[in-house]
Amino acid sequence: MATVAEQWVLVEMVQALYEAPAYHLILEGILILWIIRLLFSKTYKLQERSDLTVKEKEELIEEWQPEPLVPPVSKDHPALNYNIVSGPPSHNIVVNGKECINFASFNFLGLLDNPRLKAAALASLKKYGVGTCGPRGFYGTFDVHLDLEDRLAKFMKTEEAIIYSYGFATIASAIPAYSKRGDIVFVDKAACFAIQKGLQASRSDIKLFNHNDMDDLDRLLKEQEIEDQKNPRKARVTRRFIVVEGLYMNTGTICPLPELVKLKYKYKARIFLEESLSFGVLGEHGRGVTEHFGIDIDDIDLISANMENSLASIGGFCCGRSFVIDHQRLSGQGYCFSASLPPLLAAAAIEALNIMEENPDIFAVLKEKCKRIHNALQGISGLKVVGESISPAFHLQLEESTGCRERDVKLLQEIVTQCMDRGIALTQARYLEKEEKYLPPPSIRVVVTVEQTEEELEKAATTISKVAQTVLL
Amino acid sequence: MRTEPGGCCCRRPVRAKDCVANGEVRNGYVRISAATAAAAAGQIHHVTQNGALYKRPFNEGFEETPMLVAVLTYVGYGVLTLFGYLRDFLRHWRIEKCHHATEREEQKDFVSLYQDFENFYTRNLYMRIRDNWNRPICSVPGARVDIMERQSHDYNWSFKYTGNVIKDVINMGSYNYLGFARNTGPCQEAAAKVLEEYGVGVCSTRQEIGNLDKHEELEKLVASFLGVEAAMTYGMGFATNSMNIPALVSKGCLILSDELNHASLVLGARLSGATIRVFKHNNMQSLEKLLKDAIVYGQPRTRRPWKKILILVEGIYSMEGSIVRLPEVIALKKKYKAYLYLDEAHSIGALGPTGRGVVDYFGLDPEDVDIMMGTFTKSFGASGGYIGGKKELIDYLRTHSHSAVYATSLSPPVVEQIITSMKCIMGQDGTTLGPSLLWPLPLQSTGSGHAGPAAMAHGPSRSMACGILPDRGTNPCPLHRQADSQPLCHQRSPSGSFLNCIILCEDVIHCVAMFCSHSI
Repeated sequence: MATVAEQWVLVEMVQALYEAPAYHLILEGILILWIIRLLFSKTYKLQERSDLTVKEKEELIEEWQPEPLVPPVSKDHPALNYNIVSGPPSHNIVVNGKECINFASFNFLGLLDNPRLKAAALASLKKYGVGTCGPRGFYGTFDVHLDLEDRLAKFMKTEEAIIYSYGFATIASAIPAYSKRGDIVFVDKAACFAIQKGLQASRSDIKLFNHNDMDDLDRLLKEQEIEDQKNPRKARVTRRFIVVEGLYMNTGTICPLPELVKLKYKYKARIFLEESLSFGVLGEHGRGVTEHFGIDIDDIDLISANMENSLASIGGFCCGRSFVIDHQRLSGQGYCFSASLPPLLAAAAIEALNIMEENPDIFAVLKEKCKRIHNALQGISGLKVVGESISPAFHLQLEESTGCRERDVKLLQEIVTQCMDRGIALTQARYLEKEEKYLPPPSIRVVVTVEQTEEELEKAATTISKVAQTVLL
Repeated sequence: MRTEPGGCCCRRPVRAKDCVANGEVRNGYVRISAATAAAAAGQIHHVTQNGALYKRPFNEGFEETPMLVAVLTYVGYGVLTLFGYLRDFLRHWRIEKCHHATEREEQKDFVSLYQDFENFYTRNLYMRIRDNWNRPICSVPGARVDIMERQSHDYNWSFKYTGNVIKDVINMGSYNYLGFARNTGPCQEAAAKVLEEYGVGVCSTRQEIGNLDKHEELEKLVASFLGVEAAMTYGMGFATNSMNIPALVSKGCLILSDELNHASLVLGARLSGATIRVFKHNNMQSLEKLLKDAIVYGQPRTRRPWKKILILVEGIYSMEGSIVRLPEVIALKKKYKAYLYLDEAHSIGALGPTGRGVVDYFGLDPEDVDIMMGTFTKSFGASGGYIGGKKELIDYLRTHSHSAVYATSLSPPVVEQIITSMKCIMGQDGTTLGPSLLWPLPLQSTGSGHAGPAAMAHGPSRSMACGILPDRGTNPCPLHRQADSQPLCHQRSPSGSFLNCIILCEDVIHCVAMFCSHSI
């Protein structure tokens, strides 16, 4: 064929044209003209043009009805009417006009009405006023903030600490500062809402493991390792994090930190530890769950806690190595784009730290009281205690649910109201039912503080027992 | 001379000796001639407004960046980036000492915590001028402030406090608009009393046992201040946005957000799961187009109609100092049946004849704004945020807001500070102090306004000016846009949004003079 092609010369082509029969030429000509026409004609649309006319658009705009901005809330929604506390929410609290002993505020170390704290805050108020009028970057950094960060870092024996002006925003800003889209986070199913929001803001891949179940976590990490081997290039840039709480708010249990640290080094994932409830509670000196288990604090990449529980102030902090913490000074949204903590609250937190350092025996006292009431509340008919014996915030859940969450909530509310009538202030644990990933069952939260005397603990136990019997029969 | 929207014409600002007129660039190398200066002045964009909706003339002018400055800025960034690569190379091969913290030895084989480029900017560009931010102060952030002196011997990698305090610096950097941040006076005394009685912390959430009688009192007061049916307060202004927008809209809703909205609004919009569309800053044509298209075409792909449309705007935009075109936005909202979320973080207390914010400034009805949000940090000298609106809205937020369920309530002394300062502004404390604080603000902001010393400066020289100025007695703060989408930012200080009404006129003039003498 190649040789034939070489022999093709233009003259011979023209000759072939002359020698071809007429019908052949005409047919070829018509076909060529048809092809040219098809090439240049407009495309054939099967449907009519879908552009709307101006009139049709206006009609659509007229017709469109949005949903109401908010759905109506029924008058007897359980969360609509708040309990009103008259006066300070301290050990003896006046709720809805009734005087009660406070078993509901997270005032673990009883520092809410401590005179030293008040004096320190007052001194700060007299020096700085109330507000800071600026974010940390723009003249909102006071020497008090730097002091507090320094003290927290020294107390927790880490290199650096950073404070936020709101407890919720602390972990919710810290997680998205490190974990971005494409990174993987392994988080416990019972994680609190602030962690969930932080994870949502980070847009990372979330993998949930069963509560405190290290085998489940191991399985997930192993699966991830197998995935990584399939795609090593991607694995080299995907960061891995494990987010756990020291003492879980929703269940009152402590995380198994030693196993977690082992898993960390085995699978090369970083640990973020949320210690809002365990800071100032666990450990010999109140340093939290790392001290409780005797783990080197440098093994934990980030510890985040809020100052609203044990320190009886407002705000939160993160502490850890400078390599990790310093990043939040530019990337933590709640730090950069929000006004700094009012100095009087920072001064109160510093004083609370002083008190904690001067009286290391209060932690042992608190543990004792927790154990006592935990034992006293065992065996109440109809209610079961959920939480560790040394946890100062634990839950009382219905032993047998009625089957409907609303009815459970009503029953528990009845118990709470009757306890308040008898002078024990309790509260139900509140959740956003539609927003939580793993909604915990309804429960009453009982909080133990160092200020509660033995008689008061006894009284609480007997009151709850009696009321439960009456209500639940 | 522009007509002041308040109707009063203010005196032409006195120019100090070395000050340049608007539109001129003076840096010792290039001086634009008078003719081109006039032409440049003409480049100030006067955005036209829908005249029928505005009761008074509304003029906003923003300078265009001169071409030379723009080019030089980009060239500057390029040069710095090259140097950055060079320094990184030197640090990698240990020719240069590495100052920043590094990962632990035990974790060296983990996936690195920071992508190299993420920190490139921080290491090589931000570090050079880092001393302009995070300056600690040690006094009330009032008209004058005491700054703690700090020095760096290793080019801003670390700071040492010398122990000296630079006293009495004119404060042009704190958001203390009405001067309520003070350590003496009725607000402070009331806050001290409440502190003695209630303590500092609350240790519980609003829905559990953290709802004090003080909070109820505050909410009633805020509602009456704003002129709405009910209000609800929260512990942090940032969190007010990021926790309540998700409670109001969800997947299937549309959010139309201004280009220059604050990070808290953006975060709240993202967390809600709704679709977000951005309209050009204060551009009503862009907003109208988006609204029309949204209703006509519905949700992308499925074409289902949107459940709700929420427009997110701010009263005063802190990045530009511009005021939202509220009458037009409300007209659009009514026409297209959308809902309006107005974030008055900067404008509440600072705008309007009675200090009720941007709604008051334009003389509109507060009921037209569906959700009025604001913060107490700026004009009230406290902390926290609020949302005001109809009773159904507030009832819904009381039951469904993330903050009410999971976050601690406001601290009692802070609540008292807000109550006292709000009563003062409303004139309910029996004095005329409140109204007297409100009138100087528009004068002062015109006196230094956008036109004058919102000097264009590119990166290095701007921050050099900021470095020098505290030593000369005044403290502006350079704006640092992390996204760096607009490297040519205005120098923030005397653009009116940071002015403290208790600052003296002489101080303002002094600042303006200092600024002009140090800008390019």
